[in-house]
Amino acid sequence: MSQPDSPDLIVIGAGPAGLAAASEAARYGASVLLLDEQPAPGGQIYRNVKDASEQQNAILGPDYTVGRTLAASVEDVGIDYRPGVTVWKVGTDGRVAFSQNGEAQQVQGQHIVLATGALERPVPLPGWTLPGVMTAGGAQILMKSGGLVARDAILVGSGPLLYLLASQMVAAGRPPKALVETQTDANFRSAMVHIKGALLGWQQLLKGLALIGKIRRADVRRYKAVTDINIIGTDKAEAVTFISNGRVHQLNASVVLLHQGVVPNTQISRSLGLEHRWDIKQRCFHPVTDEFGQSSAENISIAGDGAGISGAKAAEHAGRIAALNALKNLGLVDGATHNQQVIPLLKARTKETAIRPFLNTLYAPPTEVLCPTGKTIVCRCEEVTADDISNYAALGCKGPNQTKAFGRSGMGPCQGRFCGATVTEILSKETGLHPEKVGSYRIRAPLKPVTLGELAALTEPR
Amino acid sequence: MFDPITPSTNANGQVDFTFDDKNVSAASGTTIAAALLAADQIWFRETPTSGQQRGPFCMMGACYDCLVQIDGVSVQACMTPVTEGLQVNRVPFSLPKEGKRS
Ligand code: FES
Repeated sequence: MSQPDSPDLIVIGAGPAGLAAASEAARYGASVLLLDEQPAPGGQIYRNVKDASEQQNAILGPDYTVGRTLAASVEDVGIDYRPGVTVWKVGTDGRVAFSQNGEAQQVQGQHIVLATGALERPVPLPGWTLPGVMTAGGAQILMKSGGLVARDAILVGSGPLLYLLASQMVAAGRPPKALVETQTDANFRSAMVHIKGALLGWQQLLKGLALIGKIRRADVRRYKAVTDINIIGTDKAEAVTFISNGRVHQLNASVVLLHQGVVPNTQISRSLGLEHRWDIKQRCFHPVTDEFGQSSAENISIAGDGAGISGAKAAEHAGRIAALNALKNLGLVDGATHNQQVIPLLKARTKETAIRPFLNTLYAPPTEVLCPTGKTIVCRCEEVTADDISNYAALGCKGPNQTKAFGRSGMGPCQGRFCGATVTEILSKETGLHPEKVGSYRIRAPLKPVTLGELAALTEPR
Repeated sequence: MFDPITPSTNANGQVDFTFDDKNVSAASGTTIAAALLAADQIWFRETPTSGQQRGPFCMMGACYDCLVQIDGVSVQACMTPVTEGLQVNRVPFSLPKEGKRS
């Protein structure tokens, strides 16, 4: 395999932010290496968008198919697009080590744009590790690239994606058996404080209402202000129990789909030791960036949901903004051009994100999800429970990193991707420290498991 | 549990592979995870800690609950395409050490 030349820009992630960053940079003649883990461009939101069938497009809707144009930009002159790549080390010096087809390589870029997007927020409910329990995002990926739709599934949680998935399942002729929703009237009243922003984003608001209308017309049962959720089953999911309106309910299901919003995927930004902050509204860490996506390290920008959750449209603007900023710093775009180009993008992004405070408040995850208790598994990989974490705190454990020594939490192959936020919340509750003080897991390369064979094949950057 | 969106999803043709020695047919181009879910197989491995059964959770390469074994090496079923004749196995409770990834 040929070695990529030392590019002006290395973009990691080919979702909306990464694709937009790459194509914007290429437009100004920059050389771009675009690395992506998936086999095709689009990220999770536009996954498989180039090859989806007519039926899939009809079910997934126009907000999905719109991604085709962006996905096609991998063909742009100046972009060296590499799908199926595992990035396992990134340095502030601009070096990136990755594997493709079992072969490791290292390249050096002038500037790196991290566009690693979001992960589903962990939803650590009792029974969430049982086979048959998946993330709502996972079920959508199955529709987009696997051509599969869940039958008689129960959707649990809250947030726009839950409604989007439900309406897509209705369109696919497999309406969910029920929506078990955690948002409350109190959430709604608090959210009304932010109604002005929501009205600025009225198109999104209308889309959301249309989705809910579709679900209602399909007669999908909806339970609201639900608490005490349990997924029960011995070797696989068999039923969901919960309390709604003061009554205990039990619904049988073999597929349970969880969603409580998404959180930034910070594995790379953490491994780089970049500055991160705890977002009290979104209840998660995000890397600190300026309005142009510039991180606390000179060579690194972060664009899209990986810098803080704003959604696909905002991510696209953020990708272009980050690319323009990087190109200006590299002397490839002059200051006047930069300013002229970036101002409308900044405006467009502001408009796109106006609805966020409303959504964040309306669909705020409940305490039982943010901060589980008892025997509920927190770290899926090593099967560490909420009680275990509380006990470590009682024994003097102050931070997530120390929990590794106490009981291996966060040390499995997922490297804390699905327990990091929860461990921070539990330790914060137990120690009384602010989540920012509690901190998060220290992340080290390799960011994903890599074989010795791959390492042996590693070549120096040219 | 999971239904094909349309039969025409299989337009690209079929591939046959095995899962714990059982024959499975799948649409070519799909991932091992999607192929197994379509065949009503929902657990792929037992955890090394307690032997709990696990199956795909995130479908995007982040959770590692979809691990399966191919030629003694654990791979993510949601990130690995199925190919003709592939021999896929569940990862058992006691994983032989030499098959483990570093
Ligand atoms: S299902 Fe999560 S890594 Fe494959």
